[in-house]
Amino acid sequence: MLQQFRAFVKKEILHIWRDKRTLFILFGMPIVQITLFGFALTNEVKNASIAILDPAKDEMSAKLTSRISASRYFEVERVIVSPSQIDEAFRTGKIKMAVILPPRFSEELLHTNTATVQFITDASDPNVATTLVNYASSIIHDYQQEITQSQLPYTIHTETRMLYNPQLKGAFNFVPGVMAMILLLVCTMMTSISIVKEKETGTMEVLLASPLPPLLIIIAKAIPYLILSFVNIASILLLSVFVLELPIAGSLALLLAESILFTITALTLGLLISTITASQQVAMLISLVGMFLPTLMFSGFMFPIENMPLPLQIISNIIPAKWYYIIVKAVMIKGLNFSFIWKETLILTGMTLLLMALAVRKFKVRLD
Amino acid sequence: MNAISVRNLSKSYTTGKQTVEALCNISLQVAAGELFGIIGPDGAGKTSLLRILATLMQPNAGQASVLGLDTTKDYKAIRQKIGYMPGRFSLYQDLSVEENLDFFATIFKTSIDANYQLIKDIYEQIAPFKKRKAGKLSGGMKQKLALCCALIHKPSLLLLDEPTTGVDVMSRKEFWDMLASLQQQGLTIVVATPYMDEASLCDRIALLDRGNFLEIDTPSGIIANHQSTLWAVKSDNMYQLLQDTRSWSGVTNVFPFGEYLHCSPHSSNTDIKELEAYLLSKKQQQIVVKQIEPQIEDVFMHLMNKHHVS
Amino acid sequence: MYHELNDMIVADKLTKTFGDFTAVDAISFEVKKGEIFGFLGANGAGKSTAMRMLCGLLQPSSGSARVAGHDITRQSEKIKQTIGYMSQKFSLYEDLTVKENMRLYGGIYGMNLTAIKAKTASIASALHLQEELDTLVGSLPLGWKQKLAFSVAMFHSPPLVFLDEPTGGVDPVTRREFWELIYAAAHEGTTVFVTTHYMDEAEYCDRVCIMVDGKIQALDKPGALRQMYNTNSIEGVFLQLARTAKRMAD
Repeated sequence: MLQQFRAFVKKEILHIWRDKRTLFILFGMPIVQITLFGFALTNEVKNASIAILDPAKDEMSAKLTSRISASRYFEVERVIVSPSQIDEAFRTGKIKMAVILPPRFSEELLHTNTATVQFITDASDPNVATTLVNYASSIIHDYQQEITQSQLPYTIHTETRMLYNPQLKGAFNFVPGVMAMILLLVCTMMTSISIVKEKETGTMEVLLASPLPPLLIIIAKAIPYLILSFVNIASILLLSVFVLELPIAGSLALLLAESILFTITALTLGLLISTITASQQVAMLISLVGMFLPTLMFSGFMFPIENMPLPLQIISNIIPAKWYYIIVKAVMIKGLNFSFIWKETLILTGMTLLLMALAVRKFKVRLD
Repeated sequence: MNAISVRNLSKSYTTGKQTVEALCNISLQVAAGELFGIIGPDGAGKTSLLRILATLMQPNAGQASVLGLDTTKDYKAIRQKIGYMPGRFSLYQDLSVEENLDFFATIFKTSIDANYQLIKDIYEQIAPFKKRKAGKLSGGMKQKLALCCALIHKPSLLLLDEPTTGVDVMSRKEFWDMLASLQQQGLTIVVATPYMDEASLCDRIALLDRGNFLEIDTPSGIIANHQSTLWAVKSDNMYQLLQDTRSWSGVTNVFPFGEYLHCSPHSSNTDIKELEAYLLSKKQQQIVVKQIEPQIEDVFMHLMNKHHVS
Repeated sequence: MYHELNDMIVADKLTKTFGDFTAVDAISFEVKKGEIFGFLGANGAGKSTAMRMLCGLLQPSSGSARVAGHDITRQSEKIKQTIGYMSQKFSLYEDLTVKENMRLYGGIYGMNLTAIKAKTASIASALHLQEELDTLVGSLPLGWKQKLAFSVAMFHSPPLVFLDEPTGGVDPVTRREFWELIYAAAHEGTTVFVTTHYMDEAEYCDRVCIMVDGKIQALDKPGALRQMYNTNSIEGVFLQLARTAKRMAD
């Protein structure tokens, strides 16, 4: 039995290995996706429209204002005179950030050695918002150093207010999203195609007519893709840690364990698709339209689920990728432990068992 | 003991609103050690029958037993004992000859060496190409490799579905020589084929048309059963000859057969000389007319027509 | 020039190489107008490659050929418009009805609706398909499909038709009916270029050409070939020649 199994797995690995083009896509895709998303989101911001509110209009505030205006990162829309104008400017999208100086800037600095500058940003584009705050902070920091040289140390505090999206949601959320997508693609699509291919070429007929237990065929088919998925998860995590500088906040072991669970879910889905289809095209179409699109739409990775109409919110619950996405986000970004995600894990496990039972029931030991 | 016993077997497929009767209440016995041919055109039901015997399909009605085991109940036991070669090319194109054979040996829990004696003669012909991918083999070579894979676990019954379709005459001849030598080693072999000329290479044959057996017997027995008079005619202009012969009231079933056309006289009183005289009057040149023994194909056509009319 | 009036196909040292493999090795032959020309060879002898070149689907590596007066290298588009083509594998759209298939092929070859209607009616009556015009081709019996496919290949009345294993797997009666369609077409002046694995069908051809390892090893009337190789069938001739083949793979 073990020998049969080994021979079968070896055959599967040979199939994958000899199809160099597919292999290249499978390994290249996560790298390309992470890099593309990463670059698109961390792109340098230049000439962002900002507003400066400087009620003090003294010598030191004027210096700081001109320093900010001189930066190539910012384009000062206008000097706004009242806080109410700021709201208006944000709403109409004229500015991305407002810098608000205190009413008595020089006095405060001279007497208390501290002053507080407030940044208000439009965080609906969270990545741009953080970048702008970082730039502005560093300009203020430079300025503070400069004026400190001759006198006592001055400290200028900065205070940031994020409008619309205070938690900066979405900035690195694409990493868990890409993980869910890649696992679905590799496991669901590739497994279903590889099983259906054997039906198409007639080799399945020979396998079925042999004493090979059908369950062994299924498991042996899944093993190489499980390995492949692991390589992909590893490459995504390495890229996000070292290239995107997004550390894994929670337990790596927990993250990997949850990923294995989702991989099995995806493999089971692939198997289920293969039992109801007879051609590789149909298998691919079902995997793409039936799995990939819903994942993109309903996992919360592209579009926030809480903003969807109620019926769609309910539908999103049957998408396995949604739960995996929540889990990865919790472990990887928020650094939460298992006690916070046991419910999602349970749901995913339940779904997997259900799909597995269905797939095994549907798998035929005959042709009709 | 009979290697195969089929009783009142029926199989139909439903696609949409249409129901196709692939096999209509057929019965068949194949003795152990026989080389048995199932002969019929595409769509006759050959593949359905072989798949039922290979336990890949279940009949709608009737029973089939293979090596004394029931194809529905004991399918697992049957799968250990049979070798099956489906009609489509059924090897892994991206694996080499050796890798294919090795894989099939392992899934049948054996090794190439253990049963090498059985496949030796065949495998030696493809051995020079053992590193080549199966997809890059010629039609004849693929067939030999597929046969090796079906034989690797030393089955007692070999089921071959159209092993020679799309293969040139030369490779077909070689293939049948291989089957003959396998039979000598005690194997029971059932071959489905659309080529009528392969009938004479079998011990017994079943003529299958539209899900019905037209006749089951030895090739010579089938011919002997249909000893109606058959004439062969040829001239230098086949097309005109067909028209002219058909226009003569004395004969029926006029069909081209190779360089001759075959026809049968309406009554035994008709003299072949009358046909020759008629053709001469139609200005046919280089006429040859003779009485001949029918071949399996003549019989098949005769039975097909009879069946169709009734 | 004289040749082009009487010869539908003139091949002159036609060669096709793939890398260092010579699939078709400098073959030269003519096919006369109105002839049924049988093109035989073992799997991998180079038949399909030669046929694809003649249909204008593949450029020759060297040598030349004229098909229906057009050069296969420079005028492949003209050739495609002139010839009819039918193969066992692909012929008709199974999910279209008989009528729709004919309409499609007529349209492809630029026939007008009136001509298509007239031709559809004449084919339907010749094949006794009047009742089946609105039936999906997929649900017709195989024999009918093949005869219909031939009629569709002949839809635009081409002077030359290529048939690639047209009768594979067809029952013996239909196979003969099919050949009678070929005879009738040839009788009306169409040139027929046909490949087959049935050796008895080779006997129906006016002339037979047998390819071995990319070369033409025999080309003559069936009777002459039988005599030359001292055997009573073309199968015998074929086997004698095929045994000399060195090439193994496709």
